[in-house]
Amino acid sequence: MNNTEHVSFLEHQGKHKGILAWILSTDHKRIAFLYMYAIAAFFLVGAILGLLMRFELIAPGETIMKPQTYNGIFTVHGIIMIFMVVIPGLSAVFGNFFLPILIGAKDVSFPKLNLFSWYLFMFGSALAVASQFLKSGPPDTGWTFYAPYSTTTGTSVIIATTAAFILGFSSILTGLNFIVTVHRLRAPGMKFFNMPLFPWSLYATAWIQLLATPVVGITLLMLIAERLFGIGFFNPDLGGDPVLFQHLFWIYSHPAVYIMILPAMGVITEIIPTFCQKKVYGYKAIALSSLAIAGVGFLVWGHHMYTSGMSEQARWFFSLLTFIVAVPSAIKVFNWISTMYKGSIDMKPAFLFALAFIFLFMIGGLTGLILGSVATDIQVHDTSFIVAHFHYIIFGGMGFAFFAGLHYWFPKMYGRMYNFKRANFSVIALFVGFNLLYFPQFIIGVQGMPRRYFDYFPRFQWAQILSTIGGVILFIGLIVMIYNLVKAARSGEKAPANPWNGSTLEWQLPSPPSIENFDEDPVVKENPYDYN
Amino acid sequence: MFSSASNFVHGVDTAFLFIIGVSVFFLILLTTIMIVFVVKYNRKRHPHATQIKDSSALEITWTTIPLILVLLMFYFGWKGFLPMRQVPADAMNIKAYGKMWKWTFEYPGKKVSDTLLLPLNKAVKVDLISTDVIHGFSIPGFRVKEDVVPGKNNYTWFIPSKLGDYDLFCSAYCGLSHSYMFALVRVVPENEFNTWVASLPVRKADDNNEGYKLLEKNGCFACHSVNGTKGVGPSFKGLYGSEREVVTNGANRKLKVDDLYIKTSVYEPATDVVVGFPQGVMKSYKGTIKEKDIPKIIEYFKSLKAE
Repeated sequence: MNNTEHVSFLEHQGKHKGILAWILSTDHKRIAFLYMYAIAAFFLVGAILGLLMRFELIAPGETIMKPQTYNGIFTVHGIIMIFMVVIPGLSAVFGNFFLPILIGAKDVSFPKLNLFSWYLFMFGSALAVASQFLKSGPPDTGWTFYAPYSTTTGTSVIIATTAAFILGFSSILTGLNFIVTVHRLRAPGMKFFNMPLFPWSLYATAWIQLLATPVVGITLLMLIAERLFGIGFFNPDLGGDPVLFQHLFWIYSHPAVYIMILPAMGVITEIIPTFCQKKVYGYKAIALSSLAIAGVGFLVWGHHMYTSGMSEQARWFFSLLTFIVAVPSAIKVFNWISTMYKGSIDMKPAFLFALAFIFLFMIGGLTGLILGSVATDIQVHDTSFIVAHFHYIIFGGMGFAFFAGLHYWFPKMYGRMYNFKRANFSVIALFVGFNLLYFPQFIIGVQGMPRRYFDYFPRFQWAQILSTIGGVILFIGLIVMIYNLVKAARSGEKAPANPWNGSTLEWQLPSPPSIENFDEDPVVKENPYDYN
Repeated sequence: MFSSASNFVHGVDTAFLFIIGVSVFFLILLTTIMIVFVVKYNRKRHPHATQIKDSSALEITWTTIPLILVLLMFYFGWKGFLPMRQVPADAMNIKAYGKMWKWTFEYPGKKVSDTLLLPLNKAVKVDLISTDVIHGFSIPGFRVKEDVVPGKNNYTWFIPSKLGDYDLFCSAYCGLSHSYMFALVRVVPENEFNTWVASLPVRKADDNNEGYKLLEKNGCFACHSVNGTKGVGPSFKGLYGSEREVVTNGANRKLKVDDLYIKTSVYEPATDVVVGFPQGVMKSYKGTIKEKDIPKIIEYFKSLKAE
């Protein structure tokens, strides 16, 4: 490609100027940036709320806030982090940016719909933020909105659920867009098994978004109808059943965990081969395990409800399926580690993040086994063990994969390079802070410390102090990382087209790529890790 | 672990030990392999990668072994759990009432207590009853936990097998004072237990008042006392006919407590909040307390005169 004529998508002049050139752009890369900046802002708000909770919990009794404020903060932290950060997260940012490039396309199938999804996302997010400032006070139900508490509390539940409903539509449309893109826009000659593994994981994710999200949409509408008209879906006095809400909620919200983690696995699957200079080990096993997780993941929601009073048959059925869905995740870990065997390993920041991801994900996954088994889950259900477990999966997994992806693709997205020393410092601070923050919660969880507790018995305090210190270290790591990347985006050194000697298609394009990525269709190779 | 505080501890802790044992083994094994690879195949020592062919045999091996292990975990988990659903026929019945934000236990003969006293080595079945939202009945020392769901007849059972004090937590989030909804569990010898139960008070006499029953059923007394004590909300004692300073739309004003005020406070509690009490804490009882029942409540309030 002739670099002298190259105009990157960042410099490209279209019909509009200034901010309009971004918020009216249908270019998948610009939309990815729009998502990224919005998500980064929400993430920071969520992280600060998390830190406030940690300070409240440093000592028993009231420390810096009242119980009602605490209940509002953990609800808002959950809503922001789940619906506005981790569910869109990897798909909307790296999926948007790299899915078309990795399959040799100029854009997604429906670019206007893609921009519309972003507007829905922003509209939903604005409503979610607004619900915090209304007169009746922030919602205090937890992000799970369990009935009948959620149908009767005086706080702004309707606005918050409407926000989640709208955010759901954004997710559905992104899923639809990606499915069609993968089916219709692969470069001529590229078969499914010639696609790299990140697109595979996005494809599996997109099906979950498309099929599972409508269920939560309906559930939230039922909740709103219940509050407004007292219909009685979940009210036993009117013949309803509160547990019905939990079933409907988890039919979506369990697969939603895979919406978060599958693309994370996909990102890691791209990073490891690059820094080991190896072809990924077990390509087919990894691709098929994504589909297996997406498929079986639909049938395990009941493991969130072992103590709800479900029948014994339901409890063993969900337990068995939960254990089966653990296997494909294990297969991925084995293949990642095997990819390192006899590689030529370059310990760059993105790879360090990937290693941290594998370790944290293993702890998250293995503690998930304790939750899959009925007897042990009953002991730790609704305790801080759960809080530790899902933070290991969602933050240690999805979050670290996001940071890994950010450091991996940063030079491609911005055409600039960040400072490695600062990046390495942030990996270490994040890793140490993370473990110090969440690991003690496993221990007091087994001992019985319930979750969503504003106050606690003094015997749990040692862990709460460690966690708060960990939280501060983690936050410092975040600030250093963000500072490093912002500085690099503004004034970092110019990055070459292929700084890591990567072997997938995106590294064949200039950094940053042009507005339609490819001047002509790329020549497809049998192995997607063969383009260098 | 193995404190044997109840008959379930052994089964649950066996499952714990098996799963944690296998997990720690794999975590250490895989992390070590990862570190060895990262050191051994570092680019400085190993500048050129050697490409390795995929092996179906290897993929099948590391699919089969984990599958067998997780099925074993499933088995131990199930074996530890199943006895929790097999209540012996001669178990003593206790009713546990969960209300925002207080536990009450009812023993045979309508005897009530705030402490869960239990006889040593006797099977106890606990019926879990909620009159408002979902609570969680959790005694970590016994390894039991079951949600207390309104309208569902959930239950749990156990045989306390060691004397001593244990904690009972509310494990399912239930609002403002969720973290203060705990109770003391005390296991005592059977004769001591019998004496104690005999000394317990019987349910309150107000039981026959229609208004009282409605308030009781909806859990109002968790926040509003009838003896003048300030709770999460104002006391009902001497309420009717008194003058109150309230916050309406952010401004303070004085009003007299009449039928309309009580109805508004039940259906739209955020409209007029008595000064000194938090806003947005009380839920609306629209649809829960019927309009035709409001006069019954008002009649009851009128009986609670200030002295």
